[in-house]
Amino acid sequence: MSAVTSSPTASSVHRNQAGSKKRPHYATHIFLTIMAIMWLIPLGWALFTSLRPKADTDKYGYFSFGGSFNFNNFIAAWNQGGFGNYFLNSVIIVIPSVILILIFASMMAFAVSRYSWRFNITLLIMFTAGNLLPPQVLAAPLFQMFKAFPLPYALSDSGNLLNTYAAVIAVNTAFQIGFCTFVLSNYMRALPQELTEAAFVDGASIWRQYWGIILPLTRPAFAALGTLQVIWIYNDFFWPLLFIQSGSKLPVTTAINNLKGVFLDNYNLLAAGAMITVIPTLIIYFVLQKQFVAGLTLGANKG
Amino acid sequence: MTELIGTTTTAAAGITPRGRRRFSMLTRRDRVVLTLMVAVPTLIQLIFIWIPTLLSVYLSFVKWNGLGLDSIKPAGLDNYIYVFRDYPPFWPALQHNVLWLVFLALIATPIGLLLAILLDQQLRGSRVYQSVFFVPVMLSLVLIGVIWQLFYSQNNGLLNFLLGTSGTPQAVDWFGDPNINIWAALIAATWRHAGYVMILYLAGLKGVDPSLREAASLDGANAVQTFFRVIFPVMRPINIVVVVITVIESLRAFDIVYVINRGTNGLELISALVIQNLVGEGQVIGVGSALAVVLLVISLVPIIIYLSRTFKKEA
Amino acid sequence: MTTENLSAFSRVASSQLGRRAFVGGALGATTIALLAACAPGGGSGATASKTLTIGSGASDDVPKKAYAAVVAAFEKKSGDTVTTNTVAHNDFQNNINTYLQGAPDDVFTWFAGYRMRYYANKGYAADMDDVWKTIGTKLSAGFASASTGDDGKKYFVPLYNYPWGFFYRKSIWAAKGYAVPEKWDDLIKLVTKMKADGLVPISFADKDGWPAMGTFDYINMRTNGYKFHMDLTAHKESWDQQKVKDVFDNWKQLLPFQSDNALGLTWQEGAKLLGDGTAGMYLLGSFVTQQFTDPAVLADIDFFPFPEIAMEGRDAVEAPIDGLMLSKKGGTNQAARDFLAYTATGEAQDAYFAIDGSNLMSSSEFDTSKYTEFNKKLAGVISDAKSISQFFDRDALPAMANNVMIPALQSFLKDGSVDTANLEAQAKTLYAAQ
Repeated sequence: MSAVTSSPTASSVHRNQAGSKKRPHYATHIFLTIMAIMWLIPLGWALFTSLRPKADTDKYGYFSFGGSFNFNNFIAAWNQGGFGNYFLNSVIIVIPSVILILIFASMMAFAVSRYSWRFNITLLIMFTAGNLLPPQVLAAPLFQMFKAFPLPYALSDSGNLLNTYAAVIAVNTAFQIGFCTFVLSNYMRALPQELTEAAFVDGASIWRQYWGIILPLTRPAFAALGTLQVIWIYNDFFWPLLFIQSGSKLPVTTAINNLKGVFLDNYNLLAAGAMITVIPTLIIYFVLQKQFVAGLTLGANKG
Repeated sequence: MTELIGTTTTAAAGITPRGRRRFSMLTRRDRVVLTLMVAVPTLIQLIFIWIPTLLSVYLSFVKWNGLGLDSIKPAGLDNYIYVFRDYPPFWPALQHNVLWLVFLALIATPIGLLLAILLDQQLRGSRVYQSVFFVPVMLSLVLIGVIWQLFYSQNNGLLNFLLGTSGTPQAVDWFGDPNINIWAALIAATWRHAGYVMILYLAGLKGVDPSLREAASLDGANAVQTFFRVIFPVMRPINIVVVVITVIESLRAFDIVYVINRGTNGLELISALVIQNLVGEGQVIGVGSALAVVLLVISLVPIIIYLSRTFKKEA
Repeated sequence: MTTENLSAFSRVASSQLGRRAFVGGALGATTIALLAACAPGGGSGATASKTLTIGSGASDDVPKKAYAAVVAAFEKKSGDTVTTNTVAHNDFQNNINTYLQGAPDDVFTWFAGYRMRYYANKGYAADMDDVWKTIGTKLSAGFASASTGDDGKKYFVPLYNYPWGFFYRKSIWAAKGYAVPEKWDDLIKLVTKMKADGLVPISFADKDGWPAMGTFDYINMRTNGYKFHMDLTAHKESWDQQKVKDVFDNWKQLLPFQSDNALGLTWQEGAKLLGDGTAGMYLLGSFVTQQFTDPAVLADIDFFPFPEIAMEGRDAVEAPIDGLMLSKKGGTNQAARDFLAYTATGEAQDAYFAIDGSNLMSSSEFDTSKYTEFNKKLAGVISDAKSISQFFDRDALPAMANNVMIPALQSFLKDGSVDTANLEAQAKTLYAAQ
């Protein structure tokens, strides 16, 4: 390993000297390439299996290159699995959640960062702690609470809050507000007080200050946090598992668990289903990569 | 929208040393708005997080079959005694949780750190490498479970094929054999965790002052010494975050074992046991809540440490 | 610190949309999504309607098609519209608690026994005495009592039942000269011989957890009698006594002759071992025959009841009954009740049997001439039985079966050890918590 670790020092010294030439990092490259290949194997295997029709894998076995490669499995998985419906459910859950989270978190962050209270710190602490709890701790009481909350049958086919999107949206919102409040409050604290002071002296109301001054400046943080939240809530498995009982209302990430039971040992279809589920995240990653990474490191770079 | 940029405010009364305005200086209307802005999110947190947490604690001391509030019977410490003494999966689950934490801390996190260090140099293709290692972080743990299931399958999975045992009686059932499936699951979790740690450390390393490294190398320190004595301590905030994330992730590990076999037969985890007793067909709310409280208490330790560290300076 | 962050964020690409447009669009999207979120997801159920939904756990290919045939026949006859929501078998059972509390379908597939009465007692099912007024004459007294809840009302419509026992391939046994064992000692001699001949004597597949209960039930009934078994499942007998230990001691004699990777096999894979001749016999329900798609293999399958051990000969037979129940919501749906009544008619049961011939249909209107010789043999086993049990996970408290018995049996299969004192301690707590 010494050959690998000796290069960082050399390069970092060179980095700061004008006109230095970069040393070739053969060992590092080899190591990283090997690691990268290992890292890609599981996903690559799933992709490979998904592109082969079951008839071919039955004939030639899974570890062969015989037969054709096509997207038939994707089409079959989409239809048999009902993915169109599941993706719609995911959208119904994710978008309102993220919007509500950003709105509420920014409101709270604004109040905490601009105005002094007695309970500022206490509230912030409680909010952050709330986000770090394992969700299983809250499962039973939330289930019973939702079961006991009556709704007219026109709004909910269970007569209560169970099996409704609203339940999942509400809990997701509550769960993520803590983290976003914390991050946004740090961010807003960095915005100069003079901005709002000036507006205040001019007679602008609180809402004006919040809506008109602070929010536009928070846009980069919103982009970062928003991307992060979209991915996290899209990937969330537990809350829909708990609160939604109808198979047809499940979002895609929870539905993939059921599909295991539906596709059983048709690994090709299962792989195709997994790939279909991965595609939105990959799209978001490649398009909004910077935002996502910024969002992850937002909470880290403080103090 | 008027912005009087450059207008410096007078040091009017009502501005705290931190530059924040006192609440009492605001108009009534503003006070209402501000109160609402704080009250609504707080109410949401209260209803959906803090009160249920307290209810979980309460439910752990009762016997309840889930129907109607009048069938709740007090049970004292019975549920806890049952969990600690009579419930066979509990101690294995605790062991597995500890194992999960240790594995993530000693193997997954250092791998992430190593990758970050290596990629922090201006390598060609650094972006590509980063993307490769980072993709698993974007995937949900359920999806990771499904993908690795295709890899680990006893007779149709790539691993046994590469080992040459596919289709033979020696083929290991990676997810089915209770002696090794926890390790198989841990490797899948590492696949994701390392990338997460890598990104955090990459951000942290970027923020390290290069002159520190220069000074260290001029003082004659080699790479290892430079890293551990100079760079690593400077990244303290990141280190704290990574530690907390590792601990929290290991306590939360639920999705992946649930999708493999619902957290049974070698993959018991406290979070899975909670769900088995609360949501599965064998519903025993009191026992499930007792397990949830155990999980809560264990989780509070890193949470409190993290919060006290982070908020120390604010108070 | 903060300035570094700010510069990082400004480097990040920011949205090009005007703020107002974004917010307007976002609010619009939220409103639409929230309204969609509030929209009802299923049928109404407030009045008698011409539609009904069925929640089915019959996810294996053959039963799924069979249920679809019954549904199609009903739709044609009545003009009602039926939607069937099929969920993977194990998931359906595992989630039944939250399913019934959440938004169950009008009708759902379920089982007779304590497992049925448990949910009826909890108020999750609607009673169907009116349905039984029309179908009571078509079903035997045994079925009628199995469909009755603790309050005397009917909550269940049986569709079929099937016996558990040993299945084997006639031709292989004839070739190797094996004879059907009548007593326990014969069985031990037989499996010893089979092992020497290179077969896996008893195919065993317990990845799903429940199949092993069949072996436990039979050894218990044969060793200690039917009444003791039923009392044990109801926790009127303690688990921590010699009688229970005897059951496991007897079973230990069979362990070396069972598949040694039992915990990694699903029951379908266990059936495959029997079908391709690797295994000598397989203790399972008659649904095992669904797995044999090759007609030659199917014709070669034969059955013998579990050998006698100590008590009551072979009088007790494990013959679970599968059928349909009415959810609380479905109780208000007349179409659902019509459907339940229909399933007990000869027409419906013919439609089912035409596709899934592995069971014995419940209605007296069913044309038994459709039975093969094999079906007739199985039917004879059930009708000759003096006492019938339902299977452990339908006779015992669900929490006992799922949380205690499955892991206990799995660990017994692993190393032959069982802690009966612990079983009793757990049973005490679980039964008391109800």
